[in-house]
Amino acid sequence: MPKYTLHINGTEKVVDTEPETPLLYVLRDYLELNGPKFGCGLSQCGSCMVLVDGNAVTSCIRSVASIGASKVITLEGLASENGKLHPVQEAFVEEQAAQCGYCLNGMVMASVSLLNKNSNPGEEEIKDALQMNLCRCSTHTRIIKAIKRAAKNQ
Amino acid sequence: MIDLPKTSRRKFLRNIGYLSIGFPLLNSCFSEKDPTVAARMNYNGDFPGSMRNASKVNAWLQVLEDGRVMVFSGKVELGQGIRMAICQVAAEELDLELDQVEVHLAETGLTPDEGYTAGSGSISNSAMSVRYAAATARQKLLELASIKLNTPVEDLIFYNGKVKTKTSNQSLNFAEILDGAQIDMEVTVPVPLKVNTEYRYVGKPIPRTEIEKMVRAEAYYIQDMRFPGMVHARVLRPKGYLSKLVKLDESGLSAEVSGVIKTVINGSFVGVITEREYQAVKAVGFLRNHSEWTSGPLFPDQKDIYTHIKSIADHAQSIRNDGNVSEGFNSTETFKSAYTKPYLKHGSMGPACGIAMYDGEILHIWSHSQGIYPMRSAIASMLKMDKEKIHVIAVPGAGCFGHSTADDAAADAAILALNYPNKHIRVQWSREDEHAWDPFGTAMIMELEASLGEDGKIKAWKSDVWTDSHSMRPNNDAATLLDTRYLENPIELKARGYLAGGHRNADPYYSIPNMQVNAHYFDGPLRVSSLRSLGSYTTIFSIESFMDALAEKAGKDPLEFRLAHLEDERAIAVVIKIREMCSSEILNEGEGIGFAFSRYKNTAAYSTVAAKVWVDMSTGIVQKSSI
Repeated sequence: MPKYTLHINGTEKVVDTEPETPLLYVLRDYLELNGPKFGCGLSQCGSCMVLVDGNAVTSCIRSVASIGASKVITLEGLASENGKLHPVQEAFVEEQAAQCGYCLNGMVMASVSLLNKNSNPGEEEIKDALQMNLCRCSTHTRIIKAIKRAAKNQ
Repeated sequence: MIDLPKTSRRKFLRNIGYLSIGFPLLNSCFSEKDPTVAARMNYNGDFPGSMRNASKVNAWLQVLEDGRVMVFSGKVELGQGIRMAICQVAAEELDLELDQVEVHLAETGLTPDEGYTAGSGSISNSAMSVRYAAATARQKLLELASIKLNTPVEDLIFYNGKVKTKTSNQSLNFAEILDGAQIDMEVTVPVPLKVNTEYRYVGKPIPRTEIEKMVRAEAYYIQDMRFPGMVHARVLRPKGYLSKLVKLDESGLSAEVSGVIKTVINGSFVGVITEREYQAVKAVGFLRNHSEWTSGPLFPDQKDIYTHIKSIADHAQSIRNDGNVSEGFNSTETFKSAYTKPYLKHGSMGPACGIAMYDGEILHIWSHSQGIYPMRSAIASMLKMDKEKIHVIAVPGAGCFGHSTADDAAADAAILALNYPNKHIRVQWSREDEHAWDPFGTAMIMELEASLGEDGKIKAWKSDVWTDSHSMRPNNDAATLLDTRYLENPIELKARGYLAGGHRNADPYYSIPNMQVNAHYFDGPLRVSSLRSLGSYTTIFSIESFMDALAEKAGKDPLEFRLAHLEDERAIAVVIKIREMCSSEILNEGEGIGFAFSRYKNTAAYSTVAAKVWVDMSTGIVQKSSI
């Protein structure tokens, strides 16, 4: 099987797997990361989002072979080395923006991606940026509050 | 003798907040000031159902070696925050800090059997059982400490995990008081409960600690569990509910997919075990393409579903019949309205996952089931195993909203584990299977008819509900698990489960002199079970929509109309509250506010809602402005 060198959360990881293996399975099963979640496998729910070169994308339909030299950041890679949470993570805790929390990974990654591009988004911009992130528990109001708080605190 | 400070509770809380910044809390509150002892009142009422089989203190809590307390609950965490809620109640009654309480949720053999985590019953059952057990424990700890410290109970201060004397610096923690024993006495009335005006945690919005674990991507969900040597598996679901496996050609599987460990075939049950997770995805795809199944009967056409439901329904059953509805409808105009609800799936964000390991004697199962004890009975019955040989541990999954596929995934893993012992087998369902095999919330119809009296109030009311079962949750009937129906010796599902869920809240909470409720049960085409609030979702929506329409017919304000039919003061208060909350709303052209009131199950929580909507007059499309 081919070997792939991936740039994950600031370190190089070598993975031995079939080229079509989706990035999500590489991250969860081979690299034992918990952040990205399997929700649909169809790029329709946003649970599996990661940052690829700073942009939030779904990892369930991207093959490991297509990642190349791109820099991948997962939920695990957002906190600083001393354990200090990213402002978005902090805001999600402060606003208690989760019920079951299964969508939280995607919500956080999409929010970080948004704030990377727009440090002070309005409500409509937040809703647009999180368009493809589903939450079944209806925690949306708290999630939006958390993003606004993060924008203020970053 | 040290006098207790005459500070109020509020003051004390503030002091704690301040002191905790700089130095250890426990020392500070004992060295600085003695806390006030909260007043208690004897409880002489009934105990919750959960205590029927768990009536002793140590079934609900045990003291740890370091003097902290472990609380046991048979309920599971679904995102509703039950872990923290139980922690708050236990800490309150035992006068502990929150981090002095650990909560151990559902695990067979360890926690009480509390059935399902459902019906908004976890606080009233589990947390209340913990409350009574904790208050009893506190009393017992005081008595034992009194002997050990040779001090009367009245001269003891019980706070933050220590019992100390008022007159000296002698103190003991709970472990020291018990000397390694646990409190195994029965919980009996009277129970000295803390009075609610003295609460420091209960009723306060205490943040859930698990959200930080989620944002840090710690292993929190069953999907995140990894065991040494764990292998992966998927199950090839039949083509349809009634399909049987005709032929399976697995000859080319290992050549096509690497990492295949084993294929398990039992009747029409097909599972495949692989080293890596994605290999299982590929393997099950290969098997699907190399299998033949019989076809089952076709489903009725989606567009005819409600006609179909009526055509297969049993004769109406009378659920309630107050006064005389026919007389109430006589010689007056009646108003009618009909409402329908399609089949709804649970649509959990994460498809089901189950992990099992058979060690040659005990079958260990990790599951996000809502009821691990009943599920254990079902799995034991399916596998013809002694249920005492099955050990189930509850682990959170994605939110489930009722009886979803969690139990079926656990059953998959259990079957495969018996076929491949000594390895943890993780079964992950696909999104497609999750949707196709979900025990849907049943489609329903509600038809309402009412007449108004000369006083503008409702004179007579009739509800007719068409519904399938709302609970086919796992129990002793093995066929409640999907796999059982496809094994070599299949068991067909016979019973229809909980039918009363269908007419839940079908009788309005309003005072109406003549009221009739009829239920029309049907055995519908799709697999069904519990979905959040069961029939209430349909019945309350229908009743409240109809109430707005009736208010208009009566020429009354919709909230005034509701208030005229309510007697319960809490119900009245919640309707008045929503009126206050909406009083400053300004309505623009084409805007209006719709209201709804309900009391869940007509016995539980009261709620009201107001929805401001906007109607585009040119298209007739209604859009939400705010809720």
